[in-house]
Amino acid sequence: MARALINVPPKAKRGAVIEIKALISHPMETGYRHDESGRAIPRDIINRFVCTYNGEEVFRADLFPAIAANPFLSFFTVATESGVIALTWTGDDGHTQTETANIVVE
Amino acid sequence: MDDSPTIGTSTRRRFLAGAGGLVVGAAAAPLMTVRPARATPATMAAAIREVIGEAAVREGKVKLDLPPIVENGNTVSLTVSVDSPMTAADHVKTVAIFNEKNPQPNVAIFHLGPRAGKASVSTRMRLADSQQVVAIAQLSDGSFWSGSMDVIVTIAACVENL
Repeated sequence: MARALINVPPKAKRGAVIEIKALISHPMETGYRHDESGRAIPRDIINRFVCTYNGEEVFRADLFPAIAANPFLSFFTVATESGVIALTWTGDDGHTQTETANIVVE
Repeated sequence: MDDSPTIGTSTRRRFLAGAGGLVVGAAAAPLMTVRPARATPATMAAAIREVIGEAAVREGKVKLDLPPIVENGNTVSLTVSVDSPMTAADHVKTVAIFNEKNPQPNVAIFHLGPRAGKASVSTRMRLADSQQVVAIAQLSDGSFWSGSMDVIVTIAACVENL
């Protein structure tokens, strides 16, 4: 389980544009580096990141090795209703992790 | 025969042969990787075509924001924003980021929709060399718009082992 910081405003006015930020602890190994003995270090990156708002997808990113280690993403969405914002990411090794945050819209 | 020379059993010739083999082996390892060391503007153009197809790309509407001079190419903050009202009728569908000189031309593809409210995404990328970074946005009407930024990098990413 990679450590992750996610930032979703806990409260928002209906219709307001809110910023969602995620910082995931991950080496984002490119597959282009070699270790001391010259062996290629296999690629291991987070290749997919999805944000859902009450189950509906509002943002998705396909990531490539050019994304820096400990990937950071910041994007916007409209606060439509109170509920759950879920951020899910998938790695090359097939693991997925989901972090959720509650938002109150008034 | 024992390859590793030990004191007492090894001759000078055998030692030199072994050492030479080691040097050749070490030098050959990086040369044997088949993939090109870096993307070129041509491979970037090919990668762009792979993502957007044969559509025409117009310049404008897309603003790519990176620092013009980067000290450390391992983490470069990047913001891409598109001039769009982000309504159901007129919004940004995807924004793809490409580079010229990293080992691979793709950086990221962001999928947005009318619920984004604002077409702006920030992330951090690696830059292997001073180069141009290009962002291409597809709008809901099917048109493609591009923006680019030239960046000077003093310490490159992707090359050295850290």
